Formats: sequence, C-alpha cells, structure tokens
Amino acid sequence: MTTAKTIHLTLKVVRQTGPDQKSNLETYAARNVSTDMSFLEMLDVVNEDLTLAGQDPIAFDHDCREGICGMCGAVVNGRPHGPQEGTTLCQLHMRHFEDGDEVVIEPWRSRAFKVIKDLVVDRGAFDQIIQAGGYISINTGGAPDANSLPVPKEMADQAMDAAACIGCGACVAACPNASAMLFTGAKISQLALLPQGRPEAKRRAAAMVAAMDKLGFGNCTNERECEAVCPKNISIVHIARMNREFLKAGFF
Amino acid sequence: MGLESRIPAGPLAEKWDRHLFELKLVNPANKRKFDIIVVGTGLAGAAASASMAELGYNVKTFCIQDSPRRAHSIAAQGGINAAKNYSNDGDSIWRLFYDTIKGGDYRAREANVYRLAQVSNLIIDHCVAQGVPFARDYGGLLSNRSFGGAQVSRTFYARGQTGQQLLLGAYSSLSRQAAAGKVRLYARRDMLDLVVVDGQARGIVVRNLVNGDIETYAADAVVLATGGYGNVFYLSTNAMACNVTACFQAYKKGAFFANPCFTQIHPTCIPVHGDYQSKLTLMSESLRNDGRVWVPQTPGDKRAPGQIPEAGRDYFLENKYPSFGNLVPRDVASRNAKEQCDQGKGVGETGLAVYLDFADAIQRDGREVISQKYGNLFEMYAKITGQDPYETPMMIYPAVHYTMGGLWVDYNLMSTIPGLFVTGEANFSDHGANRLGASALMQGLADGYFIIPYTIGGYLTGGGYKKITTDHPEFKAAAGAVASRIQRLLAVKGKRTADDFHRSLGKIMWEYCGMARNNAGLLNAREKIAALRSEFWDNLLVPSTGAQFNQSLEKAGRVADFLEFGELMIIDALARQESCGGHFNEAFQTEENEARRDDENFTHVAAWEFAGEGQAPVFHKEPLVFENVKLSQRSYK
Ligand SMILES: Cc1cc2nc3c(=O)[nH]c(=O)nc-3n(C[C@H](O)[C@H](O)[C@H](O)COP(=O)(O)OP(=O)(O)OC[C@H]3O[C@@H](n4cnc5c(N)ncnc54)[C@H](O)[C@@H]3O)c2cc1C
Ligand code: FES
Repeated sequence: MTTAKTIHLTLKVVRQTGPDQKSNLETYAARNVSTDMSFLEMLDVVNEDLTLAGQDPIAFDHDCREGICGMCGAVVNGRPHGPQEGTTLCQLHMRHFEDGDEVVIEPWRSRAFKVIKDLVVDRGAFDQIIQAGGYISINTGGAPDANSLPVPKEMADQAMDAAACIGCGACVAACPNASAMLFTGAKISQLALLPQGRPEAKRRAAAMVAAMDKLGFGNCTNERECEAVCPKNISIVHIARMNREFLKAGFF
Repeated sequence: MGLESRIPAGPLAEKWDRHLFELKLVNPANKRKFDIIVVGTGLAGAAASASMAELGYNVKTFCIQDSPRRAHSIAAQGGINAAKNYSNDGDSIWRLFYDTIKGGDYRAREANVYRLAQVSNLIIDHCVAQGVPFARDYGGLLSNRSFGGAQVSRTFYARGQTGQQLLLGAYSSLSRQAAAGKVRLYARRDMLDLVVVDGQARGIVVRNLVNGDIETYAADAVVLATGGYGNVFYLSTNAMACNVTACFQAYKKGAFFANPCFTQIHPTCIPVHGDYQSKLTLMSESLRNDGRVWVPQTPGDKRAPGQIPEAGRDYFLENKYPSFGNLVPRDVASRNAKEQCDQGKGVGETGLAVYLDFADAIQRDGREVISQKYGNLFEMYAKITGQDPYETPMMIYPAVHYTMGGLWVDYNLMSTIPGLFVTGEANFSDHGANRLGASALMQGLADGYFIIPYTIGGYLTGGGYKKITTDHPEFKAAAGAVASRIQRLLAVKGKRTADDFHRSLGKIMWEYCGMARNNAGLLNAREKIAALRSEFWDNLLVPSTGAQFNQSLEKAGRVADFLEFGELMIIDALARQESCGGHFNEAFQTEENEARRDDENFTHVAAWEFAGEGQAPVFHKEPLVFENVKLSQRSYK
C-alpha cells in the first residue's frame, strides 16, 4: 500500500466499440491520481479528460459504488476486480497502487457474457439461471407467521453466507472453464439450507444446473479460481452442497 | 383539478379492511386481459410486478440496470421495521403508526401511515417464506434491533445487507413470474416519457441503452417505482443512476409533484474527501445503537481522538437528548452535527466530521460481538478510509440520503393522472417531512406486495377506455419529442460535460437547500440554477452519437431534468414558511434550535402542477386532518 498522496499511472485499456467489433488495446496516462480515490473515480477523471479532448470515454458498468449491486467489474492486471482480496472494483482504492504502475484493464471474458462496449458485458445469462429455479414457489399472501418455523441460527448464518452473492460474474471471468458453478451453487445452497426451501431443493438443483449448461457455461474442474476472486468471499463449499442436491435429484 | 385523497370513511383501524371490501374485484379470467407496465425493479417495483403477475395480470417490467436485481434498494443496510412485538417491549401497530407520524413531524396522512403499520407484519411473514435469511437468535427465532426515533426494538435485519436480501427475495418472485411468462423483463431501458391518451396513462417511451433505439410500450395502467431524486444534490448516498426523470416527465404530463423540498440528510455517512468524489457512502444508522457520537469540548482541538480524555469530550446527543441519546431521529442528529462543526468543533482534515466511537461497546461486549453485528460495515469503512474503526473512532458527517417528496398519490397510490400509479420512494405518501430509519424498505414492500395489487384492480374495473396499441398517434408524438430532445442534447457541442454541470448544481442545492435553509439563500439559489440551466443548453458537451451505448448521453438527460427539478424544490421550500422535519428554515426554530412548525398555516401537502415550459408551477393544497393523534412539538429529550 502506497503512502503517497498522488500517483501517476499508465492505463492499458481494452476498447471495443460494439458487440461484433474487434477490440484493441489503448494506452492512456492517468496523472495526479489521488490515492484516496476509488478505482472507478480514477476512471471518471480519465473519462472527463477524454471527453474534453474530443474522444469517446471508456464505457464501464457501475451503480451503487458500495460493493453491493454487482454492476461493476473488470479484469485488472489479470485479476477480476483487481488486486485486493474480497473487494469489488468500486471499493478498490488507489492507495493499493504504486506510483508509475502500469495497469491493464479488460472486460469479463466468457462465452456466456458478450461484450456490449469496452468493459461492459451482457450478464443476462445469470438472470436466466435464476429464472430456471432460483426461488421458492410461494405467492404473496399465504405465508404463515414468520416465527412459526424456527431456523437454527447456524443454518440461517450459512444461508446468509451464500446469499451474500452479488451476481457480478467475477467467478465466471476467473474460471478457466468459464463455469458459473459458484454463482449457481450459492443460490441452490442458500435455499437448500432453509426449511422453507427444502421442498423444492432437488427440482431446483436439477433445473438450475441444466440452465447453466444450456447457456454455455463450462464445467467445474476444481480450479478454485472463483472463490479466490469472489468479492464477497463466497466459499466453494456451496458448490459441494449443490452437487449433493444435484445427485439427490438424479436418484429419487 | 382538485386533490381527492380518497381516504375511506370509518375508524382508522378499519379503513383499509373496509376499502378492500369496497374495491371492485377483477374476475380471475379477466385479469389476463389487462396489461400493466411497471417501471422500476427496486423493492416497490419488483414486489408489485411479481404480485400482480401472480394474480394473473400481464406485466411488463423495466429497469435501467442490466438486471432487475441491481436496483438501488440493494444497497439498504440497516433493516426493515414491523410491528410484530417479538421483543415483547410493548410494540404494536398503533405504536409503529404513532412513531412514524411523529417522526414525520405531522406532515403525513394518518390513514396511509396506519395502513403501512398494519401490513408491516405481513411483509416479514412473506419474506421469511421466500427464503430471506434474516438474523436469528440461538433459539432459532427472528432477531430485532433498534433504530432512530423509536424506543422499541422492531427492526428486522440480515447482517448489514437487509436491502440486498429483501430485493433478492422480490427478484426471485419476479424471476419465477418471468419464467411463467407472466412478466416480460426489459433491462437497460431508460424511461424518458409517459404517454397519456384521453387523460389516462397508457404507456411509456424508453431509450434502449444498448443500441439507442427509442421504443414505445402500451398498457392499461402504468406503475412508476423509479425511486428517489436525492442525486439532485450530486453527492448523495444514492446509486449513480438514481434520477428524477421518469417522475419529472410524468409531472410534465400532468401528475402533481408533492412536497419536493422534503429531503432527508442522513447523519452517519463517510465525510467528503475530494473534488473528484462521485458519491457518499452511508454507514448504517444501526451503528448508533452501539456507537457514541462526540466532538472535542474545545473548538479547534486538533489532538488525536485517543489523546482526548473523557472530560475533554462532548457527547452532544447524549447530553442534549437524555432519553433518546444517540438514537434521536435523523434530522435532529444531522442538524446537531452541523451545529457542532459550525462552532469549530468538527474533526478530521476538513473539520466537517464528528466521531462515532465504539470503544465503550467493544469494552462492554467484546470485539467478537461487535464484529458480528457490524463486521461488514466496519470493513467497508476501513476500505474507503484506510482506518480501522476497531482501533480509532469512525468519522462521520451528514449526507443526502432519501427524498420524502415525490409524485402525489391518493389512498390507492394513484397520481393525478388516472391510470398512473406510483409506489415506493417515488411517491410522497407515508413519511411526511422526515422518514424514520428502516421504514423505506417497509413502505416499498407494503406498496408493492400488499397495496397496489388490490387498488389497481379497482381502477381497471372502472373501465371507460378502449384497448390501444403503440400505433396510436400519441405514442408517435411522444417518441418524436424524446428523439428530438436527444438530438438537442447532442447538438450543443459545448465545452462542459454533464457531470461537471451536475456537480455545480449539487453545490448550489447543498449550500442553499440542504440541512438548513433561509429565504434569501433560496432566492439566490433560484437565480443560480436558472443561470446554470441556460449555460447547460449553450455549453454542454456530449460525445459520440445517440444510436449506440452512450453513458454520457444518459447522464446528460438526467442532469437536464435535475436542473429544472431543482428549481421546483426551491419553489416548494420558499412556499413552506415553517420548519418541519428535514425542511429547516432558519427563521423558524424554537429556542432550543429545533424545527418550529406552523400547524395553523402549513398542516398540508403542497402539490405542484406543471403549467408549461418557463411558467411558474401552480400550487395545490391537500389539507392534512389529524383525528387520532395530537400534534405536538416533537421532543426526544
Ligand atoms: C445506502 C442506503 C441505505 C439505506 N438503508 C435503508 C435501510 O436500512 N432501511 C430502510 O428502510 N431504507 C433504507 N434506505 C432507503 C431505501 O433503500 C430506499 O428508499 C428504497 O430501497 C427505494 O426503493 P424503490 O423500490 O422505491 O426504488 P429503487 O430501489 O431506487 O429502484 C428504482 C428502480 O427504478 C428504475 N428506474 C429509475 N429511473 C428509471 C427510468 N427513468 N427508466 C427506467 N427505470 C428506472 C431503476 O432501474 C430501479 O430498478 C437506504 C438507502 C440508501 C441510499
Ligand atoms: S458499483 Fe455496485 S458493486 Fe461496484
């Protein structure tokens, strides 16, 4: 971590004007970057300069800038969301870079995530996986009193660990097989841990795994890259739990 | 046009049930003949879409982000209120109602707030059934915490990510309906206009943010659940895409805008650190359960916090408000922090911060317990500031957080345009002049799950209109107007970016229409905004073209609307010659510097009607009638 107040960086950014266009690597100087800035604020400043110079600013997705909406993300120096463990790109601060660093910025790359422009990709496939079964089938209105069914605290806590997933797609970007197992496993696991989700657990696992395969995500070969880059530190134990649910689905 | 609030007759506690009975029902087989557009997928929009689809309506749902799951509701941290009384501390529907009315400084409708308190319990039941992993005690039952403005523990939470978990619950129900074909999802769409045919809301115009296409959609009713307008201040705790555009365009088409000057400044945010700053980060109010707020006794004391002994510290909230202490409502906490800083007692590099100290709590409960409660908030603070709150007190300062104002709606959540409904933060309905913590999530879900699905049926059975399609000339006209406005933004080709204008606007709003206001400042701000707006249309620079993914163009459209809307806020603030809740006019304060209401002249909702470009808006008044609570000076001492 640098203690300097400002640093100078060289950015190498993968630019692509549209979905079916070719990409190319552009170099930009980012000067006088305050180390209190977030990574996205650094890009804001670069973009302001590009715009004033008559060039097209770098497109990147972002919204909450608090590490919770899952909208932001890019591969920074080879690592999704950059160098800091357990941190989204919007929460990465420039004090983690050194003066003179070269910073390579690329979009998530995966068969299932098409580039829309520059660093912006289409993650609609994640919505489709959830639509395949990532819910409990109840309608508004008929629920019993919330305390009528006690849930052991450890179960609730583990379910919350899994539910913390922000759906950013870093796990897919990091996986050599572009697998969506961590994302899918986290949802299956959350709902399988809770008594409310048990009745549909098998069916849910089978449907979501099938959707994942159909959408072009690869298989899990235990590389554990997903867990290493997950900004919410979601553990691969959830993949194991998903596999158990999936096997049960096959044998009932 | 008069304002008809359509509050049902009868005793307060029976109004909603009675209304439900009196609302006409749509026959199940007929529901599938109705199309409903919902704009927004936050709690209010996702819940409404899912519940209406479950009932059988055909729903088309729109959002700006790439997925409905990313709506700004995802960022809510602290919790959601309900009158369950699981803590056995004397809570009840009546108490939740009373706290909310009082917290709002008596500027909300009794009937709406009572209904909100009534349905609050159903929300918790429903969310648990959806698989929302709320915090639990060792016995397996749900756990509660306290929030500002209440002396009972009624807030349900999921670590520091309550909004995320509630939204993912609503999103899962929405996804289930999408899979069933009852909801069609349109992500990356920006609603730029409302289409009104024969006086009824019949559709919308959106820009497809991926390719720039202007698209139109028709329906039998339109629901706006587009969130709050806090970003008019540029710096706020809101997500970057939060905007006023959808509501403001509806206003221009005839929907009245209510109480636009009622904005909430949240006391516990990470202080501003530089010009490049793009947003402010909230530190959940739940931290005030255990954190103690203080500043040095002596102005200008620059010692490190650890070096200042107890005797040299001023725990100003505890000292001034012994019964609520650090848990006074937000407006009170914010104003007091500002007052301390104005006296030169602020801390940190800029002097615009106060301490929020956990040392006592850590000593009392142990680091483990504190980390279980607030671990992720502490981590977030450390990431942003590079300082460890377990070791040194947090520094906090107030920031814009929530907007109580919004489109005017009646008891059915319908605006002054028939067929246009408004839910969640986008409407003005339940929080009066100040919102209590953990009640926005409650309101969004109440509106979405338990109110609009019924009230919209009452409207649809009323009939009186024909089926139409987007071939209707009003759709062509609205789409044409949107396209030419986009061309106008692109054609200026000046020298300042939309962001740059936005930052200037934010400074004006914060300075003159923020935590404290006065008439001279407001008048001054009005002129400044007008000047900035005319510069905007002369000197704006939007790169590239409209026929593609263009984030600068999206931003420019939003800033153009903020530049007009900011003036409406000022007009409203000037018209309300009293102080109440978040609206603090310096000329109206008690001897103890609390907001002094003028109940005789201002116990009303101010609803503004658009009167044409360049014309002053027309003022309408909805008197507020209190039959069940006695108006009193709020006291948290
Ligand atoms: C940091 C933070 C913490 C908070 N914590 C709490 C808390 O602990 N408890 C609590 O009760 N409240 C809390 N709040 C307040 C609460 O989160 C919000 O008031 C609430 O979530 C708003 O929900 P909504 O559904 O009305 O709107 P939002 O969640 O803001 O959703 C708006 C939706 O509208 C869409 N939209 C907007 N404009 C357009 C357009 N022009 N075209 C198309 N779509 C559009 C967006 O894409 C989005 O889907 C917090 C707020 C913030 C900022
Ligand atoms: S912008 Fe929301 S997680 Fe980064």
